[in-house]
Amino acid sequence: MDSFLRVEHLKKYFKSHGGILHAVDDVSFSIEEGKTIGVVGESGCGKSTLGRVMIHLLDSTDGKIIYKGEDVTKPDRKRLSELRSEMQMIFQDPYSSLNPKYTVFQALEEPLLIQQNLKVREREEKVYEIMEMVGLAERLVNTFPHELDGGRRQRIGIGRALSINPRFIVCDEPVSALDVSIQAQILNLLQEIQEKMNLTYMFITHDLAVVKYISDKILVMYLGQVVEFADSEELFANPLNPYTKALLSAVPVPDIEQRKERVILKGEVTSPIDPKPGCRFASRCAYATEACFSQTPELREVSEGHWVRCVNV
Amino acid sequence: MSAENKEVILSVENLSVEYSSKDIGTAKAVNGMSFSIKKGTTLGLVGETGAGKTTTAYSIMGIVPKPQGKVVSGKIEFEGRDLRKLPERELRKIRGSKISMIFQDPMTALNPIDTVGRQIEEVLKLHDNLSHEEAIRKAGELLEMVGIPSERYNEYPHQFSGGMKQRVVIAIALACQPEFLIADEPTTALDVTIQSQILSMINELKQTLGTSMLLITHDLGVVAEMCDEVCVVYAGQIVERGNFRHIYKNMAHPYTIGLFNSLPDLRNSSQKLQPIPGMMPDPTDLPKGCKFQPRCQYCTEKCRQEEPKLLELEDGHFVRCFCPQKR
Ligand SMILES: Nc1ncnc2c1ncn2[C@@H]1O[C@H](COP(=O)(O)OP(=O)(O)O)[C@@H](O)[C@H]1O
Ligand SMILES: Nc1ncnc2c1ncn2[C@@H]1O[C@H](COP(=O)(O)OP(=O)(O)O)[C@@H](O)[C@H]1O
Ligand SMILES: [Mg+2]
Ligand SMILES: [Mg+2]
Repeated sequence: MDSFLRVEHLKKYFKSHGGILHAVDDVSFSIEEGKTIGVVGESGCGKSTLGRVMIHLLDSTDGKIIYKGEDVTKPDRKRLSELRSEMQMIFQDPYSSLNPKYTVFQALEEPLLIQQNLKVREREEKVYEIMEMVGLAERLVNTFPHELDGGRRQRIGIGRALSINPRFIVCDEPVSALDVSIQAQILNLLQEIQEKMNLTYMFITHDLAVVKYISDKILVMYLGQVVEFADSEELFANPLNPYTKALLSAVPVPDIEQRKERVILKGEVTSPIDPKPGCRFASRCAYATEACFSQTPELREVSEGHWVRCVNV
Repeated sequence: MSAENKEVILSVENLSVEYSSKDIGTAKAVNGMSFSIKKGTTLGLVGETGAGKTTTAYSIMGIVPKPQGKVVSGKIEFEGRDLRKLPERELRKIRGSKISMIFQDPMTALNPIDTVGRQIEEVLKLHDNLSHEEAIRKAGELLEMVGIPSERYNEYPHQFSGGMKQRVVIAIALACQPEFLIADEPTTALDVTIQSQILSMINELKQTLGTSMLLITHDLGVVAEMCDEVCVVYAGQIVERGNFRHIYKNMAHPYTIGLFNSLPDLRNSSQKLQPIPGMMPDPTDLPKGCKFQPRCQYCTEKCRQEEPKLLELEDGHFVRCFCPQKR
């Protein structure tokens, strides 16, 4: 059986001053329906670009996107508009993604106007239905984004994404700008909605505790590439790529137990412009050998469902 | 770490700060905050956005933005001197030599049109009366100390990444070898691997220089990593205070417990998050009684009427709550 969504050797390059910027560089993975795939990695590693390419907000440079068995890499206009409603995005900063002049009602109504031939009454009902689903009190219906706190603005963002019955939602750092008590409210909301509507999520974040909590599978990215891909439990129990190990060990844990050995990385992420052959992490890797600088490692399946890009694993 | 017998370097007593403006009215940002920091130790101020953490730091530094901001009451004693009673000139001297602050956004402390090396030099010259050559040599050393090759001395801030800029800021903050360092969310804007570089660097520097520190953060993980003592702040008040290890095991304030229960736990995957319902109160319109009462599941009539005091529950463990709980 084919997966819900499958990506093969997906690439997205940008022309930039210094050369070609490899934002997403040969990414492959698949997602089952109703599940969540987490995407982690440091800023600039290509998470948002990957999300945007997946839902056709950006064209891919190369590779394939297979959606329910259909190749949708280069859809025609009609198919594209259908896909755009089935695939939605929730952004980090709801403030900048919302029209400041729109009330809650207008913000939630807008996607309905474009996508469906509903009567005024039906639209209105639908807006209230969505407000209830995302936990916005009815009395807020005529308020503007600037009158609301970040948590509520994010609820509007979620409501907008839900209004046209999507199947797949890319959540791009949806809780990163929120305080922890509000973050937990939104994470729980996203999970409830997922169960209710059997939605499939791609959940992008740099917060490893959040990604572990919410994801079934996790992609770890470094400079445009997947360096590790596995079930969430497996990845945290048994990280194999040295970058994944460093990333996991860097998270400060709020408890008082003895710290495990911490891998402090040298230096910083190098440039994604015209990357040299060899492993992109080699210059920061404590285990790098000569081969790492000359050989480009492939993403290999080292045990069932656990993929790693590293010559030394 | 035995902090008991150490001398207090900074104490804040009953600090209250307000911001007033015609449009919003009077925001009670800090409401009777009291804490003290012992020499060589680190105190964490932890709480969510708007809790009053930055305002507390500004009060210590004497830089609460005027005219809206006003310290209404409180005593801030640094090495036995009441900072609020010192003339601006004296205060500036202390700020330049004994107390330094690291801000969340490194660009608030960096001059975009001057090289990073020269910016460190400036501080050194001001503070130590060093000659030009000595200042250059020392500034280069400081760069190296925070992990930046001194070859980059003549580069400008925009040529550095966020993590590197924050290192430069730390080098500047340490240039005068302050006895006391205030760090306001120093790693919040950085990636975790860079955060862990910076935190371990700050820890090393603290050990070699014996610096005392006030660390402001919303991240309980960072508190665990860095702090001896912790104050949990809510609506401008300390709701729980004590040794971090003790608090971790014996947290008693419903807000503190709520914060921990809101965090996904890396080690426990079957856990369900228990968010705190509702949101932070508006500082221009704080609730009567306990400030956390509208969000608290243990709230009683008394909590709605009366404001609880910060009382010592056990040795060194203070809680502001009529019905302390167990996690
Ligand atoms: N529209 C664009 N044009 C040129 N470069 C871009 C564009 N969008 C992203 N990039 C670059 O692609 C890389 C990946 O960016 P992004 O996907 O935003 O990363 P992340 O979301 O992981 O922080 C970065 O180097 C970024 O500067
Ligand atoms: N310059 C200012 N003018 C008016 N209100 C302010 C100003 N600075 C902070 N506040 C208010 O004071 C409260 C505390 O803010 P702050 O000290 O920045 O909190 P924190 O650092 O814990 O997020 C907030 O409600 C904030 O809106
Ligand atoms: Mg992004
Ligand atoms: Mg602040």
